[in-house]
Amino acid sequence: MKLLVCLKQILDPDVPARDFQIDPAARAARRGGANLVTNIFCENAVETALQLREAAGGDVKITALCYGESSAEDCLRKAMAMTVDEACLVERDGNTNPDAAAVGRVLAAAIRRLEQDGGPFDAVLVGRESGDWGVGQTGGLLAEELGRPALGFVESLQPGNGGVTLRRQTDVGIEVAEAESPFLVTITNNEDNVPRIPKTRDVMMSYRKPLQKLSLADLELDSEEIRAGSSIFEVEEIFIPADEVECELAEGDTLEERVDQLAKRIHEVVASIG
Amino acid sequence: MANVAVCVLGSLGYDRAAQGAAGAGRALAESIGGELHALVIGPASDDAVAALAAVADRVVIGANEALGDYQPEQALQAAQQLHAAGGGDYVAVLLSNDTYSQEIAPRLAHRLGGSSMADAAAIRADGDHLLAQRTAYGGKAISIYRLKKQPAVVWLRARGFEPAPEQPSPGDVTNVDLALDPPRIRITGREVAAQEGVRLEDAPVIVSGGRGLGGPEPFQELKKLADAIGAEQGASRAACDAGWVPPNWQVGQTGKKVAPELYIAIAISGASQHLLGMGDSKVVAAINTDADAPIFKHCSFGIVEDYKQVVPLLTEKLQAMAG
Repeated sequence: MKLLVCLKQILDPDVPARDFQIDPAARAARRGGANLVTNIFCENAVETALQLREAAGGDVKITALCYGESSAEDCLRKAMAMTVDEACLVERDGNTNPDAAAVGRVLAAAIRRLEQDGGPFDAVLVGRESGDWGVGQTGGLLAEELGRPALGFVESLQPGNGGVTLRRQTDVGIEVAEAESPFLVTITNNEDNVPRIPKTRDVMMSYRKPLQKLSLADLELDSEEIRAGSSIFEVEEIFIPADEVECELAEGDTLEERVDQLAKRIHEVVASIG
Repeated sequence: MANVAVCVLGSLGYDRAAQGAAGAGRALAESIGGELHALVIGPASDDAVAALAAVADRVVIGANEALGDYQPEQALQAAQQLHAAGGGDYVAVLLSNDTYSQEIAPRLAHRLGGSSMADAAAIRADGDHLLAQRTAYGGKAISIYRLKKQPAVVWLRARGFEPAPEQPSPGDVTNVDLALDPPRIRITGREVAAQEGVRLEDAPVIVSGGRGLGGPEPFQELKKLADAIGAEQGASRAACDAGWVPPNWQVGQTGKKVAPELYIAIAISGASQHLLGMGDSKVVAAINTDADAPIFKHCSFGIVEDYKQVVPLLTEKLQAMAG
């Protein structure tokens, strides 16, 4: 079995709100002193793939793929330190925030290139959304580019009857699905796919694993449209919301009085809904 | 002539989210002088069809029995064919924020040669483009996207939109038979979580608890409060991750995005990823011991007090007021 996991490098989403700034010219967040990290749902996807390999017991090869700057090599090395077998970086050239259509086309072309020898990946795993822009469209668009069936919000993949059994989270609870290869899933988090911490030995080993670098030209995607990455959408405006809402705090000498005030306000709103 | 479509799943009926999506669709249609069409994936109840016909100029239903059992590949095929059956001249196809609509949206956009966008809190037409406003960077910023290709296929934070108004006369209803292939991924089982009442996204009032509760037991106390005012219960990521309550209670960036009339946050500090899930609520009330907690910058009223002191007393008072 062969699995492919897509990774995105993002600005650390845990930057406190007080340190968060917008670069108006770039129409994006200013990096400031923040770290670049692997998007958490992408790490959940790596962990989910590793667990499928462990459950399948046999010969399962996992490849990590990223479309990003050269700094994204760190994300791929970390994935290999988590014991992913090999990695591929498609070097981004142009818009640092390409739309999901451009990303989908680049990833699809890279996947087809990687599949040239050895046939299709049984499963392509993509994080459900990113912790920066969080648009969450890449997985679906990539599935269409590849012409493969897809399922969203998957939390685990297990070897099934001749295929793979998927569990996923929906509004109403867990759904179980059977998939035949090749297919795509977007991965969400649950308590069982928390990304493992790489062992020191595996971190050392990760530098000996193959990391292939491809350019847009290598993928025959050396076009202005892909570079601009804004064929379906672009950021028109971005701003930090004025969050200083005036909160009316319950006042009064006794707890009884304060809670009474709160109760009246809540009752008012509830009664107005009818 | 350009129109607007709202695409809903028949099995979900004309719920509050679908009403909001239709409302957003009607406002957009009026702004461009077009019609509002409802595209319905799968059989729907007579009541739901009548309710859709009352607000839309046209209703097209893909009534194949097979569509009653949701399968993503077939729902997607259905949406694509319904788009054509409705006339195909849509500037926007709007969906609501259930899991199924979320996974269909980008793929439908790709098949229709359009743009896709997720979780829009506001939309408006700008020439041939659609502008969609949403949160970014885990709620730390608001972004406005220009969607450049038609149709713009957008799933909405649907409950945040006013329901569609009824029209003077009901729209035409057409049932169409769609050509569906067997799905290549098949959903074979559902372990439906025990959920009382309505979906969290559709609840007009939500009582949520967070890390400050310290364990699962206090949620029983919060349930009494919720029951007193007809509210559903939610929770922060910390409370869900700790296993105190089921994961489908989670409100936030990685959980549900809700926009109720009233959201009561109890022992929730208000991390940006939580605010992203409930920031569009009409009224927010907070109970927290920490006067500097970020939640107090995002609420209309609140009380700086230990929830243990407040909740039982508050419940008692609200029960009395309701009675």
